[in-house]
Amino acid sequence: MIISIPKESYSGERRVALTPESAQQIQKLGHRLRIQSGAGVLAEFSDQDYQAADVEVVDAEAIWRDTDIIMKVRSVNEEEAQKVAAGTTLISFFWPAQNQAFLQSLAERNINIIAMDSVPRLSRSQKMDALSSMANIGGYRAIVEAANQFGRFFTGQVTAAGKVPPAKVMVIGAGVAGLAAIGAAKSMGAIVRAFDTRLEAKEQVESLGGEFLMLEFEEDGSGEGGYAKTMSKEFIDAEMAMFREQCKEIDIIVTTALIPGKPAPELITQDMVESMKSGSVIVDLAAEQGGNCKLSVADEIVVHNGVKIIGYTDLPSRLATQSSQLYATNLRHMLTDLTPDKDGQININMEDEVIRGATAAHEGKVTWPAPPPKLSAAPPPPPKQAVAPVADAPAMSAASKAKMTFAAMGAGLLALLGVGSVAPADFMSHFTVFVLACFVGYQVIWSVTPSLHTPLMSVTNAISGIIVVGALLQISSPSGAVVLLAFIAVLIASINVAGGFLVTQRMLKMFNKG
Amino acid sequence: MAMGTITAAYIASAILFILSLSGLSHQESSRRGNWYGIIGMTIAIVATILNPAVNSYGFLLVAMVVGGAIGARFAARVEMTQMPELVAILHSFVGLAAVLVGFASYIDPNAQFEGTAKTIHDVEIYLGVLIGAVTFTGSVIAFGKLSGRVGSKPLMLPARHWLNLGILVACILIGNWFIGADKSAGMVALIIMTLLAFAFGVHMVMAIGGADMPVVISMLNSYSGWAAAATGFMLSNDLLIVVGALVGSSGAILSYIMCRAMNRNFVSVIMGGFGTTSGSDEGGEDQGEAIAISAEEVAQLVGDADEVVIVPGYGMAVANAQHPVSDLTRMLKDRGVNVRFAIHPVAGRMPGHMNVLLAEANVAYDLVLEMDEINDDFPGTDVVIVIGANDIVNPSALENPNSPIAGMPVLEVWNAKTVIVSKRSMATGYAGVENPLFFRDNTRMLFGDAKDSVDAIRQAL
Repeated sequence: MIISIPKESYSGERRVALTPESAQQIQKLGHRLRIQSGAGVLAEFSDQDYQAADVEVVDAEAIWRDTDIIMKVRSVNEEEAQKVAAGTTLISFFWPAQNQAFLQSLAERNINIIAMDSVPRLSRSQKMDALSSMANIGGYRAIVEAANQFGRFFTGQVTAAGKVPPAKVMVIGAGVAGLAAIGAAKSMGAIVRAFDTRLEAKEQVESLGGEFLMLEFEEDGSGEGGYAKTMSKEFIDAEMAMFREQCKEIDIIVTTALIPGKPAPELITQDMVESMKSGSVIVDLAAEQGGNCKLSVADEIVVHNGVKIIGYTDLPSRLATQSSQLYATNLRHMLTDLTPDKDGQININMEDEVIRGATAAHEGKVTWPAPPPKLSAAPPPPPKQAVAPVADAPAMSAASKAKMTFAAMGAGLLALLGVGSVAPADFMSHFTVFVLACFVGYQVIWSVTPSLHTPLMSVTNAISGIIVVGALLQISSPSGAVVLLAFIAVLIASINVAGGFLVTQRMLKMFNKG
Repeated sequence: MAMGTITAAYIASAILFILSLSGLSHQESSRRGNWYGIIGMTIAIVATILNPAVNSYGFLLVAMVVGGAIGARFAARVEMTQMPELVAILHSFVGLAAVLVGFASYIDPNAQFEGTAKTIHDVEIYLGVLIGAVTFTGSVIAFGKLSGRVGSKPLMLPARHWLNLGILVACILIGNWFIGADKSAGMVALIIMTLLAFAFGVHMVMAIGGADMPVVISMLNSYSGWAAAATGFMLSNDLLIVVGALVGSSGAILSYIMCRAMNRNFVSVIMGGFGTTSGSDEGGEDQGEAIAISAEEVAQLVGDADEVVIVPGYGMAVANAQHPVSDLTRMLKDRGVNVRFAIHPVAGRMPGHMNVLLAEANVAYDLVLEMDEINDDFPGTDVVIVIGANDIVNPSALENPNSPIAGMPVLEVWNAKTVIVSKRSMATGYAGVENPLFFRDNTRMLFGDAKDSVDAIRQAL
């Protein structure tokens, strides 16, 4: 099929949906690729680069004609939509929740829409999770922008000219973007604190060197699909109190709190901003959805009381080459799943959970929203009932075991007395030796380390060759038959003695400490 | 040499044998332990030869030198993967020696007893020969099964439990006849019983399947000890009794450990036929789809990981893959990956089989951990590589109370981030149970011979 990549028309958008590298991979699936001249320039990919990768470069008019698939970063606008022919498949970010009327109109014109922002979060679909790719870049870029506006070092230094304290960064929301911000800030030397309503984020924050701010409050905010859910009022009050406290000493705040399908929660109020030191920076990654900070304005830097509040919504686009590379790779994986036979024919398989989730319009119908995936990022709790009987069994049998042991000991004692009453003293003295040796053996063998069980068997093999002693005593018998039997017995027992000890020696030599 | 001195020498060698076994409690002391054993054996043999009653030096020297040479040859040439076979055949020698010594003792004109002493002596001979004979043929069959000369599938005769019971009753009845009988009739009884015991040994081990071999080998180890102890009673030799008891209890404890590791009853293992009984399995539940992976992808995964755990099983021994596995470990260690090994108690065909193979391939023993030591570490592990193991990593042992292996302690590999299973095919393991591990989201199947697969991973690294 023919895949076309038009130039992004949204003002300030620098990303592109195809890189020369992803082009080569997509061609292996049997597709033909066309790109609008100049589409990759802002992401540092020239038309020559694409031509070198066998991508046809066409002009702005030709790109919309005779195409089966259109791949973009941002969705088509109303004007571009008129140029899309019926039956075409559009793959891009779409945000169906915010664009329901537009979605309906495209579906009526029989345009299939695969919304990259709706890919369900399954382990299998991570490779096409464009939201995570972009969030990762956004988090990194947020720290870069903050550093740009911040008047001091991030790292603490002691110089000849005086001591510089390290910057204190607070990240709210430890999702993909938040974690990327924590990692970037930490590697620049800042003291990083982070907060998230999902307790499972604590470990991830700490793994990046951040300090997790704990609330004295029992409530886990993990929702379906690895996203956060709305918290109770009491929780939010406790949370706000903590932020208010933190604001007094924090230099840089990065907020990334988003709840799917809802306006961003307001976490940093005006009075909190006013309590911050002059020269502090707030980066609000949720500015597009209304902002986590009361004062943030989308796509602008607002200065309030000496505090700079950055509300850029195009952070991934500001790192266009990197974003394009990751996004193009996400698209390439999506195409791989859509082209299972690698024959250049895409198959929108509505049975496939990932494809079903991402498809917003199919064959003239709106298919959004898809039934939600039932997997959280954390594994489901193990089936407890199944484990319980296993755990109980030894406990139950412990009591009956003790009874059994006593019964066995009693029976053994009676049997001993019975033997003792009839057997001659000579036998009983051997029997004493036997019983004591059994106990010694029992004590000694339990202390043998399991890794040496094979040498244990071969050494016991060797020493059970002690039966040679018995045969040796018989070999001088006057009876020829006895001598013959004893001779064979000595021979084979000697095999045991020599073989057993030597092979044990050989094995033990091999056990070396690292 | 005076009898007192000989007894003193026997005491010394008995103590040395005990020290020898206790030396095996740590790797550091194990070589010293083996030397104690060798010294103890030398003292015992020299003291016995110096006994005034022993004078046929020619015969005994020939027998010992020839036997010793054969044993040394075995020991020097055996492959580590064949250790279970060697151990099995050595057990059979002890059994056979016990039978021969028993017969010799019965016809020895020097040993004459009267009254109760005679009855007890007869019982001792009878028991010694019986245990020795079962050990002998049982070990020979075990050897055959392990070396592939005899099919490892359990042989299921109809009414086999009745057959065993019949042999047991017959042995008791013949024993009763034997004790009262004179020399010639007693000889006939002894021979009939020996043949029956031979048949019993064959039948018992034939009915036990390949993966229950760790139990069988330990059990035969135990029997060979009891046979030596019975011989000690019949010859009134305390040294034999002590050593026999040591070996007997050692084997018994090993059998117990192995049974516990399979969550199975000793009696049911000996009864044989596991896995062929009408399996009440999950009932055709849809297992999902196993996801294959290529060696290159595995190489990338383990190369990027911080914590890797390798779980070897019998498949590694079959494919002789321990050396490539060891090389892989070294390569990963050089890249700063923490590689460890997890050993299930019944992995392989005899207790400690995997440890010996890894030691042979130069894997340091402090990297090799027991099941209990490592099970809690799986959640923090990036990649687990399962090489030729199946039942010992089967989650249904814990999760499915209807599974035939329910309750068996297993290595909980599925808690790791990614599990790679190297396997020849999707076939079920010994227990004939489907393994849901293969269909988990975080499991990838690397199909092919274990050695080729590991080699391919090394190349890709």
